[in-house]
Amino acid sequence: MKRVQSALTWLDSRTGYKQLLHEGLYENVPGGSRWRYVWGSTLTFAFMVQIITGVFLWMAYSPSSQTAWESTFYIQHQMWGGWLLRGIHHFTAQAMTILLVFHLMQVLIDGAYKAPREINFWLGLVLLMLVLGLSLTGYLLPWDQKGFWATKVATNIMAITPFIGPELQRVVIGGADYGHHTLTRFFALHAGVLPGLMIFFIAGHVYLFRKHGLTPKEPKTKPDCAFWPDQVLKDVVACLAVLAAVLFLILKPRLFGHGELGAELGAPADPSEPFSAARPEWYFLFLFQFLKAKWLTGIFGHNGELVGAIIIPTLAVLVLFAMPFLGKWRLGHRFNIGFVCAIMAGAALLTYQAIQEDSHKPEYIAAVKQAQRDSERVKKLAKEKGIQVTGAASLLHDDPITQGPKLFAKNCASCHRYDGHNGMGLAVKDAQSAPDLNGFAMREWITGWVHSEKITSTNYFGATKFADGKMVRFVKKDAAKFTQEQVRQIAAALSAEAQLPSQAEADVRDAAIVDEGRKFMVSETARCTECHQFRKPDADATAPDLTGYGSREWLIGIISNPKHDRFYGKRNDRMPAFGEEKILDARSIELLADWLRSGATDTKVAAVK
Amino acid sequence: MDNVEKPQCCCSDRRGFLKKLAANVLGSVITLVPLAAGLAVWLDPVRRKTKTDGQLVRVATLNALPEDGVPRKFSVLASRVDAWNRSPQTAIGAVYLRREKGAAKPRAVNVVCPHAGCFVDYMDERQCYLCPCHNSTFALDGKINDPTSPSPRGLDELEVEVRKGGEVWVKFQNYRAGVAEKIPA
Repeated sequence: MKRVQSALTWLDSRTGYKQLLHEGLYENVPGGSRWRYVWGSTLTFAFMVQIITGVFLWMAYSPSSQTAWESTFYIQHQMWGGWLLRGIHHFTAQAMTILLVFHLMQVLIDGAYKAPREINFWLGLVLLMLVLGLSLTGYLLPWDQKGFWATKVATNIMAITPFIGPELQRVVIGGADYGHHTLTRFFALHAGVLPGLMIFFIAGHVYLFRKHGLTPKEPKTKPDCAFWPDQVLKDVVACLAVLAAVLFLILKPRLFGHGELGAELGAPADPSEPFSAARPEWYFLFLFQFLKAKWLTGIFGHNGELVGAIIIPTLAVLVLFAMPFLGKWRLGHRFNIGFVCAIMAGAALLTYQAIQEDSHKPEYIAAVKQAQRDSERVKKLAKEKGIQVTGAASLLHDDPITQGPKLFAKNCASCHRYDGHNGMGLAVKDAQSAPDLNGFAMREWITGWVHSEKITSTNYFGATKFADGKMVRFVKKDAAKFTQEQVRQIAAALSAEAQLPSQAEADVRDAAIVDEGRKFMVSETARCTECHQFRKPDADATAPDLTGYGSREWLIGIISNPKHDRFYGKRNDRMPAFGEEKILDARSIELLADWLRSGATDTKVAAVK
Repeated sequence: MDNVEKPQCCCSDRRGFLKKLAANVLGSVITLVPLAAGLAVWLDPVRRKTKTDGQLVRVATLNALPEDGVPRKFSVLASRVDAWNRSPQTAIGAVYLRREKGAAKPRAVNVVCPHAGCFVDYMDERQCYLCPCHNSTFALDGKINDPTSPSPRGLDELEVEVRKGGEVWVKFQNYRAGVAEKIPA
């Protein structure tokens, strides 16, 4: 103990740390400790948390367009406690925004911005803007669709700045297009420049705060007290509450049983994929909504965006900076408080409106679902297959489950349906005029073709020119007499031709039934081979080939060219030859075929009726 | 901090002590939570197991190896997992292959010096391997042939298999540097 004492005395004589500590801890708190003084400390704490977690994230993050999402995915899903680290960083950032508002309001209400504390108030406003800058730059770094498109909007707005807009935008994003240098620049700002400035301004802020002392809430009801331990304890408890709230937000999905733990990570940024679910972070939503207001363009014409995004916010900030002077007027103090309250109320209203509007838009809801699906899918693929050096976006480009529904919606859904919708879960305006392809080539689906009522429904031939063709007449007259067992055999045999991955087990298990079905199909009763070719070359066949029916090769063939003799030949209804006419490239047709054959259930979403 | 003079305060010594204790404890907790999350992520590499049974890789054919006893360097290309990336054919190291007259199969050594992991060069005129970092040398069979060598062991010999069509396969493995035993790294 004595040794420790003498070591500390030695240290003190060299550094004077005791004096510093004394000044730090025994600052006078006029009127005693109060809960309303905790906001500054909670902000300092939050900033410290961001530095700690940020430095550790930095050790695993890689800023480039092929590695940013990928390294974030790795942190979130593969590294020990990565979800917690990222979660703390993400939600503490959001907490800081709220704490800033509380701190500003407390300073305003207590009049702590007035002389001689003007400069400290300005330093605080600079800090506020630095925090918003950190939020904006941090939002892009995971390089997911959400951050990518939201930042694109933000930087495009920057481009409308008078005189220097386009150049400013080029400098900020590091070129004409978004890419490696957008990330390196944003990352340098986020992890270097802005935190450095923050530390500098916080030092000044705390120095001036100590110089002028605390602004007590009048009237003082209690005697003065030292900062340590009373106020420190209150501050620490408040910080603990902030941390608890952050941990709650991280664990919320587990507590309520759905979603991922911690911060969200969407599908990787992809300039070729539309992202209608793009919205700024919630605390910028009001600005987003404000810019959509019609009166802005109504009054200012095409300058509306400039006024809404740059001029009005700049004026509001100028008013904030002028508050120490405005406060000198008789009603100035009230004006200041009223002004900030009005902005807060306006922002709250606009935020509410933005959320409300979105919750009533089916396109937006479908886009959010689609975004979730893509994000889950890409993570699944990344975990199963690993990520190639070309980046994770290519996992989705080459994935039938992701691309199939999109291709179907664009190319097939004007006539066909998929479980009643367009493949993406949206209803289609045009009436259905070709078969529903959900469950394509599966046994149940095949059964419909030999069912006298189903075959004439719109889900099969009902709305095509084959509605009263040979096949329908045959099914109504002859197939109606098939026994249930015979129908089952046909379905098993024909479905086995497709060699569907999802039915591989059943095909092996029911080999005997399949065999019976094959015999029955060529029998005098079923007479399939009168028109179709089946398992034996038949030059006279007039209807689609049933050999390998629904197999990958067969399906690619019919999508490529239904007019081929092997399929409908000259009697093809309206279906375009997607391959032959070069409407789709070979890879797209493969993706479409693989998706239709996957019987994928995870792509199905409830059709928006 | 206790031996510093305190200004007059509002509470008793006992309550003051409890407050100080609580402030210290809670203060530590709120600092440790983010720190612990960060340290867990930072220590993630420690818990990841590396494969230590080597990877059989095709590196050359016998046609590329004249029976002259001269070592030739070949790159080892194999699939590699690097954090999030899985790459199919990437250079993961190199070996020297050497085939003596009449030998059924060539012998392979890892190019990495077992002392500190530098890449050893084959010196044709001196007929030995030279490590450029400490100028130590190894004989053609990989043994240390330099009395002042700082290396704890000779170059690491690797298992070789000759397959159909004269394909030379090597069981590629790196070993821990700086120790006398061959311990897979």
